[in-house]
Amino acid sequence: MKKIADSIRQDILKMIHNAKSGHPGGSLSCVDILVVLYKKILNVPVDWDKSPDFKNRDRFILSKGHASAALYATLAHFGYFSKSLLMGFRILGSKLQGHPSSKVGLAGIEVSTGSLGQGLSIGAGVALALRLDKIKSKVFVLLGDGEMQEGSVWESLMNINNQKLSNLVVIIDKNNLQIDGSVCDIKSLDPLDKKLEAFGFKVKSIDGHNYIELENAFMEAKKANEPFAIIANTIKGKGVSFMENNPSWHGKAPNDEQLKLALEELC
Amino acid sequence: MLSKVDEIKSPRNIYGQTLSELGEKNPNIVVLDADLSCSTQTCKFRDKFPNRFFNCGIAEQDLITTAAGLAYGGKTVFASTFAMFATARCLDQIRNTICYSKLNVKIVATHGGITVGEDGASHQALEDISFMRSIPDMKVIVPSDCTEVEEVIRYAAQTKGPMYIRIPRTNLKTIFDKNEYKFNPRVGLKIKDGKDLTIVTNGETLGEVLIAAQKLSQVGIEADILHYPVVKPFDFISLVGSAKKTKKVIVVENHSIIGGLGSAVCESLSENYPTKVLRIGTEDTFGQSGEQRQLMEFYGLTGTKIYEKIIKFMDVR
Repeated sequence: MKKIADSIRQDILKMIHNAKSGHPGGSLSCVDILVVLYKKILNVPVDWDKSPDFKNRDRFILSKGHASAALYATLAHFGYFSKSLLMGFRILGSKLQGHPSSKVGLAGIEVSTGSLGQGLSIGAGVALALRLDKIKSKVFVLLGDGEMQEGSVWESLMNINNQKLSNLVVIIDKNNLQIDGSVCDIKSLDPLDKKLEAFGFKVKSIDGHNYIELENAFMEAKKANEPFAIIANTIKGKGVSFMENNPSWHGKAPNDEQLKLALEELC
Repeated sequence: MLSKVDEIKSPRNIYGQTLSELGEKNPNIVVLDADLSCSTQTCKFRDKFPNRFFNCGIAEQDLITTAAGLAYGGKTVFASTFAMFATARCLDQIRNTICYSKLNVKIVATHGGITVGEDGASHQALEDISFMRSIPDMKVIVPSDCTEVEEVIRYAAQTKGPMYIRIPRTNLKTIFDKNEYKFNPRVGLKIKDGKDLTIVTNGETLGEVLIAAQKLSQVGIEADILHYPVVKPFDFISLVGSAKKTKKVIVVENHSIIGGLGSAVCESLSENYPTKVLRIGTEDTFGQSGEQRQLMEFYGLTGTKIYEKIIKFMDVR
């Protein structure tokens, strides 16, 4: 697993370096979550909409759309599209838009995201549709912790509990940082677990870089018959020492030298 | 095409009734509301199909984005609340989630325009069409009477893609004959032929324009009346044809003169056939409390006021 994650982290950095823009910090923090999801948990056919089983797939929605590089690199790694597309990230005419776009027809991308605070309601709507159609698939929505400052997230949490949506799993990439600094200084969410519990969720707090803890939490969430939230405690910039826990790497591309150093660390 | 029956009906009632009729034939239709289901009349659908109705509570951002998710899940989705909250409150969600992904969500907003009445400025949506019209892939429809509301809702249910449909709070005089009228989403509808000026309108001001036109006829001025229920995509061909004939265009709408039908008309004419235009609507201002007719009078939207403004406009020329 670590090997896969390291290779995805390398791709992310190369993509952002090539595009001269992007979001390394929050992409690196959620890589391990994505790797476990796509390797062990999600039932999403690699031939995407060409699969006869397409409508029964699990749905993954990246609500923190700025971590698009992480999702693209993960999807390419698991064969949803060619790795050769990765270097088109953020370049004119590419399907790898700065934030995920469902308009361009890229395998693995469910809905467009990027404006924060919307993925959870979208996921809830999809989960309601699945329930009406009696399809057993699950919906997984990945949010950032900073994103949870958006009021619309809490509107959706209330709705999910009210509708008793047990076919939706909320995952929070809690890296504790946002652009302007630390989440707890800017607008604290703590105690996040208690808040989610008060909103009617079963909450599991785990180490978001520990593959076993991640897999166990996802398995438990899949079996749950109540709204379920996983708080994945992560490190922003994980895997690159000079990016770790440093908010200045939220939305900045590494230069040639920095890329070289980072890739060496991830070998 | 015009109705001979003298009746006044509630467009919201017709909306609710049409929805629940459609719901019977089409199990794929789902409806969402934000705690206003009695006002919007989506309660009619809720009572018949409780499993396909979702009340998102007083949370319009959640309403619109959950609607988007249901549409992404393959449903034909109607989402309703007041025009004020269905647009301004969740503009980002409409743009970035519904329209960007071209999802099959019909936002049917009631209480559009100044005629919300006594609730005052906070509830009077005078900019909603302007907001909706500027978003790519959004269709914007403003029907004028109950016959048209029913037709438009049926059209919406069988047409894919994002749509904004604006319905007033007011009860409306029936203008179109139920047996003869067929909604055409592609062209502006010629209501009356005239050579002296063109009047373009939609929504509840169509009834007022008909009154104004009658008064104009009495003083020998014949108006070409074009009804534009579809503000976007805008049929400029019919408009330009009429403007070439009359050389004078007046737009009347229950909306700000900025960004709505008046702007659509000016944009089309300035590019295709520059013509002097008079826009009649609310000025660059907020509304206020008052009884519906008083407000129409105050903001110059009654038949008589429209007539007076047009006479003045013709004199100046």
